[in-house]
Amino acid sequence: MVRTSPLLRLVLRTVVVGYLVLLVAWPVSLVATHTFDDGFSALSKAFADPEVIHALKLTAVVALSSVAINLVFGVTISLLLVRYEFPGKRLLSALVDVPLSVSPVVVGLALLLVYNPRSGWLGPALADAGVQVIFSTPGMVLATTFVALPLVIREVVPVLEEIGDDQEWAARSLGASSFQTLRRITLPGVKWALVYGVVLALARSLGEYGAVKVVSGNVVGSTQTATLLVDQRYQNFDQPTAYAISFLLAVASVVCIVIVSVLRPKQEA
Amino acid sequence: MSIDISHISKRFGSFVALDDINLTIPSGQLTALLGPSGGGKSTLLRIIAGLENADAGAVTIEGTDATHLPAQKRNVGFVFQHYAAFKHMSVAKNVAFGLEIRKRPKAEVKQKVDELLSLVHLSQFADRLPAQLSGGQRQRMALARALAIEPNVLLLDEPFGALDAKVRKELREWLRRLHDEVHVTTVFVTHDQEEALEVADEIVVINEGRIEQVGTPDQLYDAPANDFVMGFLGPTTEIDGVLYRPHDIEVFTHPGIAGSIPARIVRELRVGFEVRLTVELLDAAHEQITVTVTRAHQRSLGLRPDLDVWLATTHGAVVPLMDPAQPATA
Repeated sequence: MVRTSPLLRLVLRTVVVGYLVLLVAWPVSLVATHTFDDGFSALSKAFADPEVIHALKLTAVVALSSVAINLVFGVTISLLLVRYEFPGKRLLSALVDVPLSVSPVVVGLALLLVYNPRSGWLGPALADAGVQVIFSTPGMVLATTFVALPLVIREVVPVLEEIGDDQEWAARSLGASSFQTLRRITLPGVKWALVYGVVLALARSLGEYGAVKVVSGNVVGSTQTATLLVDQRYQNFDQPTAYAISFLLAVASVVCIVIVSVLRPKQEA
Repeated sequence: MSIDISHISKRFGSFVALDDINLTIPSGQLTALLGPSGGGKSTLLRIIAGLENADAGAVTIEGTDATHLPAQKRNVGFVFQHYAAFKHMSVAKNVAFGLEIRKRPKAEVKQKVDELLSLVHLSQFADRLPAQLSGGQRQRMALARALAIEPNVLLLDEPFGALDAKVRKELREWLRRLHDEVHVTTVFVTHDQEEALEVADEIVVINEGRIEQVGTPDQLYDAPANDFVMGFLGPTTEIDGVLYRPHDIEVFTHPGIAGSIPARIVRELRVGFEVRLTVELLDAAHEQITVTVTRAHQRSLGLRPDLDVWLATTHGAVVPLMDPAQPATA
């Protein structure tokens, strides 16, 4: 380790801690303190409100569906990117990162162009078949999935690269089919990367706002998720409820992170 | 019964890894594929195992055409240089893997695993994870895992390459003894000529995608087909365009031996019991060659730099068969 003077270390530590406190810890803790300004009344009032309950349920459904979809496709795309050579691989790899760089609002508008039941590319055909995408849950799941797409893949790909394909080939030579190899060797090998990826995707999906706002139509009691409700209540001067829901969303994310750090093996071989 | 390789070719882009290889590996023997890195020996092994597809040619294992069989149907045991241990499974589970895939009864699996773990001296480590084993132990576990499926052939890809020198030496003696016990047809890849000479019944020298020579260790050492084989199996030095082993040249401190050539010692390098002398021939070309003598020999003759000496090749010195146009494929 490079030796630095104690004074410099103290200054560096203060700068880093100060930066994190001002940027993250203080604002988030203010949400918590405002929630409990009047004891538990804000929370109990929020839980008594059917609109809030509906929004929370809808958020859970949308977030869990999009995490499930991202899990399946994330593993598939990661395997494709690491284990196979094909033309256009670099392009696919770049495409995976698009959701990170494109604003969620743009994502929402793009989905609207494709699935709008009146003028979209696919929308009218789907509407004729009785499937409503825009202004309903499928569209919100779609938007959330799009936004959280890279998170599982970017966790799994480096681990797949690191463990290499020797174990998989060993399993094949011992008589395992490709499915048995996937289930018994590959997936256990990337287990922790998958857990991290899922937690990140879940946290991101719970908090998605922009893309969902565009495709959902933000109909109160129908297509309004928790984040949309927070915004609406805040605008309508119902701050206690807004803080209470924000607090719940923040707690959900923190719980995810805590669970992972507890489950995580102390030292990975 | 054996492994038959006929007209196997393999390219990676414009790089020719294997060029029309024909080879029969006899049953029940320990065969070494020996050659420099990038010479194609590992590729050939992976093609036999089905881990790689050949561009052309056929592989027959124990009379069955395996050319288009996927790896899991070939019943070959494969051991990787870096062990390929299943990291999330215990040692016993690793060894049991192939049997569990084959849905053998639990009692049979347990008995077989116990048997194999004692064969590779790992019984007391059955419940450990691979990460808790040393490199040599992991490789023995990988061997037990490969042997568990009772393979038709056992293939080892530089099995001791990642181990330190002492463990490597122990393991190769152990592999030799193990093979004498189980008699499974075994092919191992190595770039270490000492390993091949010590362990193998038969050696196949592969270089630049072609077979240079096939033979027993003695045949290869005593009658190398060409300069490459001679150079790969041990140190060489050149006099008048002919390769000799540095220890096949005798040093005299007086003239008069028939056919001896005058020379002068330039440098000496002592490595343990052996002394490598750099000697300049006192002819028109002033060639510098290497001569190896034992430390005792050096002492008794008082060999030192700047001393004038006379050199003669030992009677029975090994020289290549010298037909570089036609590499022997015995």
